[in-house]
Amino acid sequence: MEAHTRQEKENDPNRVYLNDPEPRPVTEDLPLRRSEDLLLNMGPQHPATHGVLRVVLELEGEKIIKATPDLGYLHRGVEKLCEGLTYQQIIPHTDRLDYICSMSNNFAYVRAVEKLLGVSIPERGEYVRTIIAEMQRIVGHLFWLGTQALDIGAMTVFFWTFREREALLDLFEEICGARLTMNYFRIGGVNGDLTPNVIFKLRKFLKEFPSKIEEYDRLLVNNRIWLSRTKDIAVISAEDAVSFGLTGPVLRGSGVNYDIRKAEPYAAYGKVDWDVPLGTNGDTYDRYWVRMQEMKQSARIISQCLEKLPEGPILTDVPQVVAPPKEKVMQDMQSLIHHFIIFTEGFRPPKGEVYCATEAPKGELGFSIISDGSPKPYRLKIRAPSFVHLGAFDHMARGYMIADIVTIFGTYDLVMGECDR
Amino acid sequence: MIQTVLNLVVVLVTIGIVMVTVLLHVAYLTYFERKILGWMQDRMGPMEVGYHGLLQPIADGLKLFFKEDIIPAQANKIIFTLAPILVLIPALVGFAVVPFGRDSIHVFGLTFRPYVTDINIGILYILAFASIGAYGVLLGGWASNNKYSLLGGLRSAAQVISYELSLGLAIVGVLLMAGSLSLVKITEAQGGGVFHWFIIPQFAAFVVYLISAIAETNRLPFDLPEAESELVAGFFTEYSGMRFAFFFLAEYANMILVSCIATILFLGGWHAPFEALSFIPPIIWFVGKVYVFLFFYIWIRGTLPRLRYDQLMMFGWKIMIPLALANIVVTSAVLYFIRG
Repeated sequence: MEAHTRQEKENDPNRVYLNDPEPRPVTEDLPLRRSEDLLLNMGPQHPATHGVLRVVLELEGEKIIKATPDLGYLHRGVEKLCEGLTYQQIIPHTDRLDYICSMSNNFAYVRAVEKLLGVSIPERGEYVRTIIAEMQRIVGHLFWLGTQALDIGAMTVFFWTFREREALLDLFEEICGARLTMNYFRIGGVNGDLTPNVIFKLRKFLKEFPSKIEEYDRLLVNNRIWLSRTKDIAVISAEDAVSFGLTGPVLRGSGVNYDIRKAEPYAAYGKVDWDVPLGTNGDTYDRYWVRMQEMKQSARIISQCLEKLPEGPILTDVPQVVAPPKEKVMQDMQSLIHHFIIFTEGFRPPKGEVYCATEAPKGELGFSIISDGSPKPYRLKIRAPSFVHLGAFDHMARGYMIADIVTIFGTYDLVMGECDR
Repeated sequence: MIQTVLNLVVVLVTIGIVMVTVLLHVAYLTYFERKILGWMQDRMGPMEVGYHGLLQPIADGLKLFFKEDIIPAQANKIIFTLAPILVLIPALVGFAVVPFGRDSIHVFGLTFRPYVTDINIGILYILAFASIGAYGVLLGGWASNNKYSLLGGLRSAAQVISYELSLGLAIVGVLLMAGSLSLVKITEAQGGGVFHWFIIPQFAAFVVYLISAIAETNRLPFDLPEAESELVAGFFTEYSGMRFAFFFLAEYANMILVSCIATILFLGGWHAPFEALSFIPPIIWFVGKVYVFLFFYIWIRGTLPRLRYDQLMMFGWKIMIPLALANIVVTSAVLYFIRG
């Protein structure tokens, strides 16, 4: 079992290569003893690959020599689809990218379109967006915590985090009528206002939430098995993390202070007081710690936003882009025509190219749009954090054991919907 | 002649009773596990089949019984069919020497004892059969001709061998104190209340036994051979229907068996903890203590994450075995000075 280094293995004359670069002559006597790597195909149907990810593992015993992720099993051609849709019609498609945090995708997309149009959002709209985005971040991180713990074998955490996630999903249902694919953000604002009832329930949730985080911590943070499974596993240095283009909690776990919410504040992030938690070692435990702290910070942001929530409209007043309110459409001829035009023809943004990055729970979610002046984007490119993170997969998995593969899946917080698009 | 036949009948009836009782407990242990885990995790557990899901184990059993029996085309058919049997039989055979109670029952002039047999190497017999179970797992994993199964089987072989050592060594301290390998004798040596139980002088051995027993039965946090998030279902990935059920039955029967042994070796078997409580029948005490251990296993499963393969081996060889060896040395020395 005592493993050779990779270098030694490569120099081994008896080694049989899986894809032999230079086939050896057949006349050569085959050695009696030969070593061969065990090739293990993990996924696309596997209980721990978080969707339909396939990884081809080259193993030596239980040790990983090489891990090659194979993507595309959930490819739906979202980017191409978007070229045939008007700008508003794309919003529900973004729901289905990272389906755990659909509103974060909505947010990232509408921000890109607003940047293209040069539209600004009323203040209340910005605050509501911030509140919703942070709620979504908590939901995403709860989901991540549950699945990561479940992968490592701690099943109770999963049910406990889903209990809190459920409370937030109920709130989402009250805000916009859906629980998973919310389609709540609109170009120029949001679809519905927060009712007093929602604010009351949200305050109640925020009051209880810190004690719930304590509860998860009690199960995990002092647990020696948990520590030995996460500390010094899948370590990535700050330089490597930056060169691989990692973002979000995965990058901050390595100690790089980069959070788009702080670097170029959007929505109401510049108006509230919060911190960016940073790890030091860049291992799985630090990423776990960063996400746990981020949940606390999100709760902090939401409660400050609720305090400061100004009165006013939630949709901007730009008639070329925003449809009139429904009550007017029912009574007023001009509004009806206006509504009809917006939803059949769409609007025509200026010609140009725009890239807009948003801090989604999983990392930097960017939308790059090229507009040719027509109501449909000429080209739309999504920079999905899960996809970029998988690039570093082999680098982070080499030398660890099979059991760590599931930890690494978990620590990226992968969602294949976003990765394959 | 008649006496021989009658004796045979008595033995067969006892075996029947023990087997049926054990299998019923195995079936309902799955129900208790699901219920207890459910309550720990803020959910209800099985509720649909029967009152509060009480018929769920029977429904599960029937479902597995009627399922199609699939043998993979590339599998080694003989070993593939043999492996589940090799796992289940040793798990059930161990119950033959477990003394469940104190009093024999007299019916129609026949004596029914509360155990199938009392052999003077009882504990050795159980350990020997438990090792055979490891073959079933290893062969099942190998014969499936599936890489996940193979890895599960290999892990299992390594794990069972390592932890059987510490399990066996943990028991030695108790054997030194009781002076016998017979489970009946060991139980009798602990009579006279809670202070005579071996858990007090042999606490280190008790801890080592408890942890090794979890590893031996492949339960969390040592369920590496079937770690579902890594190896799908480990060594029984390819199994379905009744063969799959055999592996499952064996796992739960093993859980009950190791709990029974723990009860006998460390908690005084069927003895009541205090004289004042001895009006409660011994068999109730025995079953109660066994269920304390079973609850403990389920509780552990609800709490702990899974260890990694190398960490598990390190823990077994570097901590458990030295601890068990130290316990033997200390126990022998103390016994030598006391008994002279």
